[in-house]
This record gives sequence, structure tokens and C-alpha cells, in this order.
Amino acid sequence: MDRLILTNRIEGETAMSRRTFFQGTGLLLGFALTGASTESVFAAPASQVVENEVTGTFAPNGFIRINPTGAVTLVIPMIEMGQGVYTSLSMLLAEELEVKLDQIQVQHAPPNHALYVNSIIGIQNTGGSASVRAFWTPLRQAGAVGRNLLIAAAAKRWNVDPAACRAKDGVVFDASGSKHLGYGELATAAAKLPVPPAATVKLKDPKDFTLIGTRAKRVDSPIKVDGRALYGIDTRLPGMKVAAVAISPVLGGKAKTVNDKAALAVKGVRQVVNIDEAVAVVADHTGAAKKGLEAAAITWDDGPNGKVSNADIVKQLEEESRKPGAVARNDGDAGKALAAAAQRVDAIYQVPFLAHAAMEPMNCTVHLQKDRCDIWVGTQAPTITQSLVVELTGLPKEVIKIHNHLIGGGFGRRLEADGTVLAVKIAKHVDGPVKVIWSREEDIKHDMYRPYYLDRLSAGLDAAGKPVAWTHRIAGSSVMARYYPPYVKDGLDPDAVEAAAEPPYALPNIHVDFVRVEHPGVRTSWWRGVGPTHNVFVVESFIDELAHAAKQDPVAYRKGLLGHNPRALAVLSLAAENAGWGSPLPARHGRGISVQFAYGSYTSQVAEVEVAADGSVKVKRIVCAIDCGMYVNPDTIEAQVQGGTLFGLTAALHGSITFKDGRVEQSNFDSYLPMRIDEVPVVETHLIKNAEAPGGVGEAPTAIVSAAVTNAIFAATGKRVRSLPIDTNSLKSSS
Amino acid sequence: MAFTLKINGSPHEIDVDGDIPLLWVLRDVLGMTGTKFGCGQALCGACTVHIDGQPVRSCQTSVDSIGDSAVTTIEVIGQTPQGAALQKAWLELEVVQCGYCQSGQIMSAAALLKDTPKPSDADIDSAMSGNVCRCGTYQRIRAAIKQAAGV
Repeated sequence: MDRLILTNRIEGETAMSRRTFFQGTGLLLGFALTGASTESVFAAPASQVVENEVTGTFAPNGFIRINPTGAVTLVIPMIEMGQGVYTSLSMLLAEELEVKLDQIQVQHAPPNHALYVNSIIGIQNTGGSASVRAFWTPLRQAGAVGRNLLIAAAAKRWNVDPAACRAKDGVVFDASGSKHLGYGELATAAAKLPVPPAATVKLKDPKDFTLIGTRAKRVDSPIKVDGRALYGIDTRLPGMKVAAVAISPVLGGKAKTVNDKAALAVKGVRQVVNIDEAVAVVADHTGAAKKGLEAAAITWDDGPNGKVSNADIVKQLEEESRKPGAVARNDGDAGKALAAAAQRVDAIYQVPFLAHAAMEPMNCTVHLQKDRCDIWVGTQAPTITQSLVVELTGLPKEVIKIHNHLIGGGFGRRLEADGTVLAVKIAKHVDGPVKVIWSREEDIKHDMYRPYYLDRLSAGLDAAGKPVAWTHRIAGSSVMARYYPPYVKDGLDPDAVEAAAEPPYALPNIHVDFVRVEHPGVRTSWWRGVGPTHNVFVVESFIDELAHAAKQDPVAYRKGLLGHNPRALAVLSLAAENAGWGSPLPARHGRGISVQFAYGSYTSQVAEVEVAADGSVKVKRIVCAIDCGMYVNPDTIEAQVQGGTLFGLTAALHGSITFKDGRVEQSNFDSYLPMRIDEVPVVETHLIKNAEAPGGVGEAPTAIVSAAVTNAIFAATGKRVRSLPIDTNSLKSSS
Repeated sequence: MAFTLKINGSPHEIDVDGDIPLLWVLRDVLGMTGTKFGCGQALCGACTVHIDGQPVRSCQTSVDSIGDSAVTTIEVIGQTPQGAALQKAWLELEVVQCGYCQSGQIMSAAALLKDTPKPSDADIDSAMSGNVCRCGTYQRIRAAIKQAAGV
């Protein structure tokens, strides 16, 4: 039984219009703190989660299906959005199940908390760089259970000791190797055997892995090079209509006038749906729907948020950040140590709102019928999505079918179900299936943004330049307080302070606190990381400021503070060595370094930049060292380091969402700029191999890159960048 | 208005307004979903197809502008020598991540190699800078184009 509890609790919300818009984003996830153990995925009976399952299918747990034809299916709990989980999770299962990777087909798991919870997050969500970390043990256990049962079925048939049999590539062999049976031939018999508790099965010693740790080929590549891959936006159903949508440009506003007649006069347009917060034009194809939407010439009533502006938001943060916040860390007496320090350094850092701008615009297809509702969407949060549709339709959970799809870039955007909520509201007025597609402009203007943060820091140095006091106050929106309220204790959002409360350095007197500041008219959410994407920039820039104040080399200074932290020291040294730290560079060139512990992994980067006389920044090279413990696929890790670095670098160089008159000022790739092939640096990855617990990779390089680059800019120009995106005007050569 | 479009070697009858972009005819009317919608303003290249061998952004190409020209999409680009070589290199170097932009990337790269069989880095920059990848696969895209071209 899924214990998802849902309410519409929205802290500080009063305006009904805004409440309506937010419906589905104010969640109380009652199970979030129950400490879902890895064992819980085996606790529920492996019910029929796969539709049209063949009789006699071997289904010892939620993950494995082997039918009598020998087809092996991994019912995959996490969604593929580019990070490689189709491949890495299949590898975990295949290693212990003793099948070849190409023998496994993957099928998206339905929403089912008991079977598919991500134990790191506490929900069946794909996020937090947590998929491999969460399923490292459960999928290996699932595979081992399956293998043992298949071997037992064969041994029973041959009347031999199972201990003398072995399995390889989906076949069980007897001791002599003369008898063998394929998994398909054994499926029905194995299905009748009692399933042992997962924790009792013996797993392979990592030194015996033959698949985990190898550069196995991605299983989703072939369908992605010839157009066969199907994303949510590619959904096509008999009788399906397509809807183009315009959402109130100001959050909480509503449509004032809509020219239905003009829209309906467009060839192919069937219907205009006005739900106040948005207007949809339903048509035979998207071209007609978009043309109809334009013809509708909608005017809007802005509602209460028509005056929201970035200037006011920053002013609010500046004021609120003067007040003490929820304490995340308080070691020693930072105030006293600061007062007694030989030298004091103070700084204010700011980072902007950021959009996701995934390549696949927001979309969702809904077929709402009297007694069921089918949803076709790519979602990182299937249980949340299902619960919201229950609430919107009044239908029981069992008849809400979430058909999950490949996602054309998630980056945290699809942890939110607002796109599905909007589509269901529209579908209530449409007879038959309807696919709601947002334009790129709607996608950027109605994103849920990585929060704007303002940070105040102070440090005291002793006569030798060592930090003896460190205070850090973070002010900004709390995504966690809205999304996972039980994780917020006494006002402290643990995500907002991640990598700030526990910098890797030896800091004897440290005080870190968080001031929650919400901005009416602005929706904030997860990004490719949230807390660390801002905190590492701040902490790693500020430690660089301290190195400069101490007149020490940035690498040597950090090493002096990492004596107690061998893994951080190791990645720092590895990145510095491979980047040629210390070797001479031409004028206005510089190297910068950063190091972090976040998402369970240690990462360090060195950036090499050139700053032109006009202030423009060319990032020439990035060297990244990462220690993510035991890993599944080094090629995927390199791909994530390359891509994650560029995601963070794009934001550092170009990313900023701003508000004026309640409206987002950016709208498409000409005003919210992506990096393109002609401006990206080469990214080198140096991977440390060890036997530590697996760490996350997808978000780590995104979080670390900004500080490496801005520290390099300081080395090249002497100018400290304390706000993002980098203002090239401030970097012009004075000569 | 009725049009007959030559797409991937076959004629297709369609009945839409002449100003409807080719992208939506391909995706919604004809069900060829390999060509992707990314921005609608020719800013990202996800919708790239070939018209008479030239790369164009189908989101900004109205159906009434195509006439008798031959439209080629990702679904059949593997039948050309450049397309086949690129798809092979894409797989060997594991270029894709989410994969959403890759149809457009391969279509732009195939047009590049047809006209410039041995591209320089500058040629690659020039031909490929209209194609956005938010996963950041550019480093591997460049390497795969070079591998396919044998440079």
C-alpha cells in the first residue's frame, strides 16, 4: 500500500488564484521520513506490475520478469533522461542474474512506492544523483535471488546439488557442463519455488565483477541515432488531438479576453479551452493549434503579482539576510574568533534564478474517461504525478495509468508534475485523448526556477593566514520546504545548505545558517542540483579569497586545510597535477581550482581561461578529478562529467532568469543562451578507482565548475566574480 | 489546401494551410516523430531535415515553400553514406545522452560531410553551431564527425 499522503498545504499562500495555479506543487509526502530501507523494495508481493504478463513468467521481485520464451525484462525503477540509468541499472542486474547486457529489455516501472522507492530520496523519484547509489544493492540482490532460483529449478529437474551448478549468459549448466537449460525453459518451474529474503543471498565480491566497472555500450544509443526513440512528446493515439497552450504571463493572473471565433476559423482547430490560468487551442495538429492560439489574441488580467521585479527580489534578500537564520552548523565560537582574528575578509555572493531549458519542451498527453485516466509523459516523479491526478479527477489510484517515457532532458524539471496537472485540467474539457505541448517560450517563462540566493560570508585569518573563523549565511527560497516538508526541521532546509554546512576544510570556528525567503509570483524548484550548485560556487570562491588574503597559492592553501580529508586531498592533487598547475601562462590567462564533497562523491576541477581585452571569457580547458567510490560504467561517468560541466558552465557564463512587471524577461534560446559547440572547452576526466561506497555523478560536475572558472578569471585579471552569470563588462582590460 | 510532398523518396498527400511549418506535417500529420520540436524559431536545430540535400530548420519552413523539392529526414539518413558513417561513429563513441537533439545533430553533420568530406574544426563549428545540446555532448559530437570523416 502506497502511503503517499497529499495535501494542498502551501505555506504563506493566501490568494486563491495562486493557490489554484500551485495545485499539485504543494506536497506533504508522509512517507518521506519513514526511512525506506533497501529491503522495502522486496517487502511487497511482486504483483502484476507489467501489463499483459505472459502466464508462467518468473517474477521473483519487482524488477525481474523472465517469460517462458526466455525474454528477460528489467522493470526499471528510474527514468532515463540521458544520465545512462537504462544501462547502469541493467548492468547491476545482469552482473548477478548472469545474463548478458543485450539480453535485457527494460520496461518503465509503474508508480509503486513499495516496489520501486529510491531509498536515498524516500520517493520513487529519479533525481539527486541517486539512482546508482540507491539501487546498487537492491538490483544486485534481485539478480542474485533470480539466479539462485533458476539454478535451483534446474538442479531439481536434474536431481543434482544446486551448489554444483552454475549460470552464465542466461543458461544454467550442471557440474560437468554437459547438461544445460536456458532461463526461459526454467522460468515456469522457478516461479513456483519459494523466494528467499533478498538480504540472505550472497552477492559477488566486487573483484569478481565481469560487467560492473566496464565500458559497456549504452543500451539506448541505437534508437537515438535514427529517430526511433519515443519521448513523451512523440505520443500518438487514435483520435488524439493536440493542444497549444498559453499560460498567464504573470503567476496568478487569468485570461481576460479570448477571440474564440478567430481561433476556430483556423483550419484544423477544433476547440478553445479557457481555464482562466491558461488557454488551450485544440486542433488536429500542432501547427494549426499554434496558429489558432495566435489568432485568439488573448489579453490577460495580471492579478496580484503584476509588479514583481528582480530589483525588489534582490532588495528583499538583502534585507532578510541581515537577520539570523536556522542554524545548520555551529562549531566553536565563530563570532569571538572573528573578532580576535589578525585579518578579516567579508563578501556577499549572489546567484540568479535559472531555468532548465531541456531540449524536449514540456508536454503531456491525457485521455480522461469516466472510469480511468491515462497519462503519457516523461516524469522523474511517477508516484507524485499519479497522486495529483487522483486529486484532480477524483478517480482511484488504481485506474490512473502513468505511461512513462524517455525524457528529452530532465535536469530536475520533470520532478514537478505541473505540466501534467495543467494537461489534466485541459483534458477535462476535451472528448478523447489530447496532447498538450508548451512552446519553447512557455517552457522558459513558466519554468520552476533554481532559486536566487544571496550569501553573506565573513572569515578571520590568523597571522599565518589560516582561517580561524568562518560564518556563512544563505538566504533564498526553500525548494525542500514545499516539496519534501518533513525533511525541513526547525526551518533548516538541508538541501539549501548542502556543501556549505560541511565544507571539506578544517575550520575550527564555523557558523552556517539559512534564511528562507519566498517571493510571491515566482515558482522555484529543483535543478541539476540546487544547494551545491550555488554553495560550492560561494564556498570555493571565498576560500580562494582567503588564499589571496593569506598571500598563498590557491592549491597549496587548500592542501593545508585538507590534511584530515584524504579523499578530497586526493582529487584536488590529481586535478592540479593533470592541469599542469603552476606552469606559466600568457598574460590574461589563468587557472582556477575548486573542490567539493557533494552527492556522495569527491570532485575537483581546474579551469583554464583566457579573458580578452573586451572582457569576454574563453574557457579553454577543464580538468576534472572525481572519486565516486565503486562505479558501474566509467564511460557514462566521463559523459556525465563532460555534460554536467557544460550545464554548469552554461549557467555561469549565460544563465539568468529575471522578472519585470511580474513577467519573465527571457523566452527562447536567443535570450536564455545555451552553450554551443563553437564555445565549449575540452573536458578531461580523471577517475579514481577504489572500494568506497558508490557516489552520485550527474550533478557533481555542474556544481563545481563555476568556482573553478571564476577563480581562473581572478588569476587572469585580479578581478573577483561574486555574482553569476559572469559580467564580462566588469572584466575589461583597463589598459 | 492540398499539397503533395516528396518525403524520403515517396509522395505524401497532405491537406493543411500553406503556412503550416513542415515540422508539424512530419510529426503530427505523417507520424514521422524522429524530427524533433525544440524552439519553433530556428534557434536550436532539433528539427533539422534536408531539402534537396541542404539542411533546413523544418520549424520555420512552410509547406507551401517546398514545391517539388525532396525532403529527407532522420528516419532514412542512414541510407546515405554520410548518414551511415555518422550513425556508426555516434554509436562507437557513445555520443548520445538524452538523445532528443541528436536527430538534428546527425542531419546537420550529414549535410556538412556531403559538402565537406574532410571538415576542419572551423568547418564543424560553422556547420554545427546552430544545433543545441543541453546534455553537453558537443565534445563527442566533434569527435564522432571527425571519426566518420576519417580526419
